[in-house]
Amino acid sequence: MTKLADAIIVGGGIHGCSTALHMCLAGMKPVLIEKDYAGRHASGVNAGGVRQLARHVAEIPLSIRSMGIWERIEELVDDACGFESHGQVLVAENDAELDACRARVAELNALGFTHEELIDGPELRRLVPAVAESCPGGVVSRRDGAANPARTTTAFRRKAAALGATVCEGVAATNIRKEGGLWRVDVGADTYAASVLVNAAGAWAGRIAAALGEPVPVETVAPMLMITSRVPHFIDPVVILRGRKLSFKQFANGTVLIGGGHLATPDQDQNETVLDWRSLAVSARTVFELFPVMRSATIVRAWAGIEAKTGDDLPVLGLSACHSGLYHQFGFSLHGFQLGPGAGAVMTELIVNGGTQTRIGDLSIDRFQPSHPSTKMRTS
Amino acid sequence: MNTTPKRDGYDIVVIGAGPAGLAATMIAAEAGLSTLLLDENAGPGGQVWRAIASTPVTERDRLGADYWAGADLVQAVRASGAEIIQRATVWSLDRHLEVGVSVGGVSAFVKARRVILATGALERPFPIPGWTLPGVMTAGAAQTMLKSSGLVPDGRTVIAGQGPLLWLLAAQILRLGGRIDRILDTTERRNYLAALPHAFAFVTSPYFAKGLALMKEVRANVPVVTGVSELAAAGDGRLATVTYAAGGGRETISAQLLLLHQGVVPNVNLAMAAGIEHRWDDLQLCWSPVLDRDGSTSVEGIAIAGDGAGIGGAGAAVIRGRIAARAAVEALAPTAAAKLTSMATLRTGLVQAERGRAFLDTLFRPARQFRIPAGDTIVCRCEEITAKDILDAVAIGATGPNQLKAYRRTGMGPCQGRLCGLTVTELMAQARSKSPQEIGYYRLRAPVKPITLAELAAVPKTEADVQAVVRG
Repeated sequence: MTKLADAIIVGGGIHGCSTALHMCLAGMKPVLIEKDYAGRHASGVNAGGVRQLARHVAEIPLSIRSMGIWERIEELVDDACGFESHGQVLVAENDAELDACRARVAELNALGFTHEELIDGPELRRLVPAVAESCPGGVVSRRDGAANPARTTTAFRRKAAALGATVCEGVAATNIRKEGGLWRVDVGADTYAASVLVNAAGAWAGRIAAALGEPVPVETVAPMLMITSRVPHFIDPVVILRGRKLSFKQFANGTVLIGGGHLATPDQDQNETVLDWRSLAVSARTVFELFPVMRSATIVRAWAGIEAKTGDDLPVLGLSACHSGLYHQFGFSLHGFQLGPGAGAVMTELIVNGGTQTRIGDLSIDRFQPSHPSTKMRTS
Repeated sequence: MNTTPKRDGYDIVVIGAGPAGLAATMIAAEAGLSTLLLDENAGPGGQVWRAIASTPVTERDRLGADYWAGADLVQAVRASGAEIIQRATVWSLDRHLEVGVSVGGVSAFVKARRVILATGALERPFPIPGWTLPGVMTAGAAQTMLKSSGLVPDGRTVIAGQGPLLWLLAAQILRLGGRIDRILDTTERRNYLAALPHAFAFVTSPYFAKGLALMKEVRANVPVVTGVSELAAAGDGRLATVTYAAGGGRETISAQLLLLHQGVVPNVNLAMAAGIEHRWDDLQLCWSPVLDRDGSTSVEGIAIAGDGAGIGGAGAAVIRGRIAARAAVEALAPTAAAKLTSMATLRTGLVQAERGRAFLDTLFRPARQFRIPAGDTIVCRCEEITAKDILDAVAIGATGPNQLKAYRRTGMGPCQGRLCGLTVTELMAQARSKSPQEIGYYRLRAPVKPITLAELAAVPKTEADVQAVVRG
């Protein structure tokens, strides 16, 4: 049976759920199709970082837009989402790294962005008392923080459904095609039809784009995380390193989440990942060196979530370069969680108003077209 | 001196030195394959033959002939040429057959060509009001103390529950001069009728005479209340009373120790973390791995033997261990396999050893009210989450155990779901009118047992890491 909707969203991650909710707020009745359940993959199992810090300039406007939504997240989704704002701190481990931090903050200031602030050794130790004495300073983004990713994604899905979105979980979207001017997607025995299709399928989105004749250089990755048993409270902000792969966050219950982008081996078709313990050992060594207080903590679990990483580590966000009514929202390349609330709002503006005030031009899919000037620059 | 494995790779790595693991190791080593046996306890034997090589309880009739049957096998395995490491905690296993093992605070990785998991069983959770009070423990924990240290209760003791192990423990406590004031038997009366069709197989099985003798021995010395349909422990900071209902009456008795037991279930944590497919077993009411007749799992190269493959008891475990090992030998060293006991003979032996199991599974199928608690009864001990908390989370959208983690952190504590997993699955299944198979189980992840950050940090670097540093 064919059912009509205002829009079809493929993918129940933070992005698909946020877009569904924002569409409902704009008076649309979307259908969201998720092959597993909302937040099953990267959106539900990432580090939960709500970070403007250290982002590529091209996505800073979107990140700032999103931050405004995070700060009133409970009003939006009726759930606090575990959001805490104790700042995020980037630690420089030596003077060369601190010089790079200084240059970065100056560059952002010149562009009119003020969320990143250079800090010296004493301020670093005030914010992060447990950090090794040898670290000379870093950068702080004081409004940043962290949230519970599974709870957040679920809250967006729940609120979207409450406002009239149809949420189909446990059935894959297949046979995506455009017929008679409408996008049609088979979902089990049903077919949904709508004038708008949003491709927010995470690690699976690259296949959808390619099948619709719009391939993007994208690979499937699975960044690993591990969590410790409870240790006495010793740190408030989220900490990331300038020079090595590490992110570090202590929750209110005392457990400490250790991440940073070391990759597991994904098996996308099995929904599985195989952890690389030797890489996790590298993370453990980094923590061991920088936070002596953590040495006797125990690791209770490690995992990885499957997601998409593009060739230039920037997301694809906006209208298709080939088809009317097709919008892409994927490829967030290990840093999409914080962007989710804002990207859903922006996507809805693009669809409803045909444009947005938030500067996202550099995230357009046409940057991967052979004729695009930035592509030429990159290959030269 | 107990150290990490001598080599980086082995033909066969066996995990667990209970009946199945010992039997599998014996076959593999006999066939000339390089064999590593990793076991978490101080000595071999698993739970059934715990402390078989060191128990202070040396008068053989106290622990029974089934216990001492393990001694000969342990002797043979020690002489077999297999490398045996005790106090070795396997904390990771993946589909590439890489085993992460911790020995004496040092972790190492070994590669196997075949892995045989013999990780045995766990006691089923028994979530009644007050089950987390000091003074309430599982019968299995009491038996561990009895076997390894000869310790028996001497205060006012109540044993509650059902199943063969409960009667065995009661008899062992009494033989060692321990005290039991009352046994509260929770076997549902209707189970006797349901088990009747399996009775012939049972009465002609070795279980029958042994079981009857045990129950007679215990009943002669301890008052037994049957048909117990409600059970609660209470006390201020520690156990003081046990309240129960049976046959329309209700009574509260004082107690210093309450031992709970309602059967054992496969210990699935390592197997699930390795990505092995499991299915809900509607008779045994637990998750069991999906296996072929050789014990091979959905992950190429990994087999499961013993109670971890589905509860079958020690006799069946020994034979399943031999079958899994023989299949591995056939794959790795076919000429050596020809000299081993034939597969047909082993399978015939397994049928005999499993005789009577269906009767026991049906008779001792635990009652719903003792598996699926309500109200303020704690389900998740690590996070102190009650049955009501879980139902509240279901009401706002938690659809299964993995989603529940986001709401309540159940299964994310140090026990990794061992004490709450089955309860959570069945509770959510009931609340959502789904089958346990549809509801599913926690996705389990390594480390299956916690390791310290310092230990992980000390894992030897790979060649690539070293070269990266050398190049600067």
